[in-house]
Amino acid sequence: MTAELTAKGRVLVVDDDASLSEMLAIVLRQEGFESLVVARGDEAMDAFREFRPDLVLLDLMLPGKDGIDVCREIREESGVPIVMLTAKGDTVDVVVGLESGADDYVVKPFKAKELVARIRARVRRLDPPTHELLTVRDLSIDVAGHSVTRADEPVNLTPLEFDLLLCLARKPWQVFTREILLEQVWGYRHSADTRLVNVHVQRLRSKVEHDPENPEIVLTVRGVGYKAGTG
Amino acid sequence: MADSTPTGALRRGLTFWRRSIQARVVASTVLLSAVVVAAVGWLLIQQTQEGLLKNRVETVVAEAANETADVNSQLARAPGTDNDAGTQLRDLFEPIEDRGAARGFAVVLAGPVGSGVPLDGGGTRSSAGLDVTSVPGSLQDHFASPADPAWTYTQIRMDQENGEVREGAGIVVGSQIELKADGELYTLYYLFSLDEDAETLSLVSRALLTAAVSLLVLVAGLTWLVTRQVVTPIRLARRVAERLAAGELQERVRVTGEDDLARLATSFNQMASSLQKQIRQLEELSRVQRRFVSDVSHELRTPLTTVRMAGDVLYDGRRDFDPATSRAAELLQTELDRFETLLADLLEISRFDAGAAQLDTDDVNLVDVAHRVVNMTRALADQRSVAVLVRAPGRPCLAEADVRRVERIVRNLVTNAIDHAESRDVVIRVEGDESAAAIAVRDYGVGLAPGESAMVFNRFWRADPARARTSGGTGLGLSISLEDTHLHGGWLQAWGRPGEGAQFRLTLPRRAGGQLRQSPIPLVPVDSQEMV
Repeated sequence: MTAELTAKGRVLVVDDDASLSEMLAIVLRQEGFESLVVARGDEAMDAFREFRPDLVLLDLMLPGKDGIDVCREIREESGVPIVMLTAKGDTVDVVVGLESGADDYVVKPFKAKELVARIRARVRRLDPPTHELLTVRDLSIDVAGHSVTRADEPVNLTPLEFDLLLCLARKPWQVFTREILLEQVWGYRHSADTRLVNVHVQRLRSKVEHDPENPEIVLTVRGVGYKAGTG
Repeated sequence: MADSTPTGALRRGLTFWRRSIQARVVASTVLLSAVVVAAVGWLLIQQTQEGLLKNRVETVVAEAANETADVNSQLARAPGTDNDAGTQLRDLFEPIEDRGAARGFAVVLAGPVGSGVPLDGGGTRSSAGLDVTSVPGSLQDHFASPADPAWTYTQIRMDQENGEVREGAGIVVGSQIELKADGELYTLYYLFSLDEDAETLSLVSRALLTAAVSLLVLVAGLTWLVTRQVVTPIRLARRVAERLAAGELQERVRVTGEDDLARLATSFNQMASSLQKQIRQLEELSRVQRRFVSDVSHELRTPLTTVRMAGDVLYDGRRDFDPATSRAAELLQTELDRFETLLADLLEISRFDAGAAQLDTDDVNLVDVAHRVVNMTRALADQRSVAVLVRAPGRPCLAEADVRRVERIVRNLVTNAIDHAESRDVVIRVEGDESAAAIAVRDYGVGLAPGESAMVFNRFWRADPARARTSGGTGLGLSISLEDTHLHGGWLQAWGRPGEGAQFRLTLPRRAGGQLRQSPIPLVPVDSQEMV
């Protein structure tokens, strides 16, 4: 495989393991991404502001500052996709990481291809800009402008949350299972961790619902999945 | 739960009886005391009765002898010229009857002896109202010929003024007199009532009975009090022990005094303290272990990721290498895969061992799980030219379970079956009812030798150590599946016979934490020889 020289995107790698960081940089370069490596948590924010990446790869155990805190801080400033690197696949760490704003996670040890697929799924913007305007109850979704408004007030969503809402809103008659959402929003070919969907639905609801306890926009269909509210 | 039926009350009573030492001690003490008191009471009544009767008999016999002596002296005084026996008898009988009426006895004058006339025949004189058959036949027989005075007990029957017959215990004394008028022997019976003595006796009996009942009540009360003193501390200790068992390790018994019970409490507390210490140590060890597993996990995984990615890069570029290096890159890749699965399985097992595994339950449809697993394992099945079939009812078979773990169990069972299917079909059966759901994976391969069905779940166990490791399983798959099943409170069982294949059955309770009683699918498959 020959490395493409035209940069497809910029990736900020925050990991304290020097060998792994270097390896990640090699693989990313091969795949055509430009990357910057940061080894300490407390240096991540400065690098983030300076480098303006299209995606952040974030280890959870970091010297200086915890990965969870870094994640939260990035989320306060930007909706840039964050993919966590974690050594523990089924502990609360994953859920905490997702709740603090990460879009996706990969469990160490991962394969290079798997990681690249995850990164591609998050930075892809393949949808041709169509002038499509959707409404879900009192929410208006401008697909081309990537914006959501309620009564002319903008609702601030991350790209992932936007994709999730868009996926549901385009087919309000359809109930989406968690597996289908994983495939359509996250780009997973095989069934993966459905907690991803649960956590992000909660995050989306906290932003778009009047009362997240009694959702009207993103409805739960018990035992099946989710659907968009109609009417 | 209130059961008001008689059987329910009986059961509760029996339970109380089984559980309460106090009730048993009180009951057995009262029972034993009752036996003793009854025996003593009976003895007392017997002796009183004997004494009373003996006394009465002496008096009565003396009185009768007196009367007879009187009669004899009267006869001796009578002039020898009077030859009318009837008149003489009347003169003789009437004063005795009068005296009897005044002093409380009845008289019968019968005879003459040897005439063979029964008492109730003619010629018998008796006190007014007396039924002459009150004189027993045995005594009459005794006096059928000349004999000495004799007495016996009898039942005296008297006709009352109101027409009723009064019957009561009595003594009859008989003696014979010789009438001068005809020179014949006549028999005189005196019948004395024992009513007064019977009354005395019943008075004594009543007094004794009252005394016995009060004594028993007293004994019951005393026993209850005494056992209470012993049982109360034991009950307290039991309650503390129950709380200890429930995990409240700081619970202790309060020690008062220095008696045996206090010492028992002290020892109990010492035991609790030492238990608490040991459990704390174990908890600490388990915590360290869990921490260690987590650290190892992180420490091993990060370098492995680097190696993994480096391997991927080398593998992707292997066409540019010379053949030996290229092959080395391929080997590196496959062995890294194996290493990774093995590490993942080992970490999973140590998580179970540390008790750190947690369930994330939801309603899971086992039919969906079966179809998903078939899709996941299709590549492997095609490679072995094995067809995996699903036989499921048209309705969902639900169980409250952790879908990730259940899927992992079923995937393990199916890959295992494909591995051993020897190109024959693998059949997945799914079934469910209101209390459980089950999934059974059947293969028609080599099967299992007797005794192996229990060993397949052992870590790193292989049916034939010499057999090639075909699908690169780690040898931990079924152990992990078993741990996953136990976490759900389910069953994972294996059946197999050489040459007939094997069946692995997973049974999960319908509700998380529910108790399994039976599985909707039999463990021994219907198509096996054993079922015929």
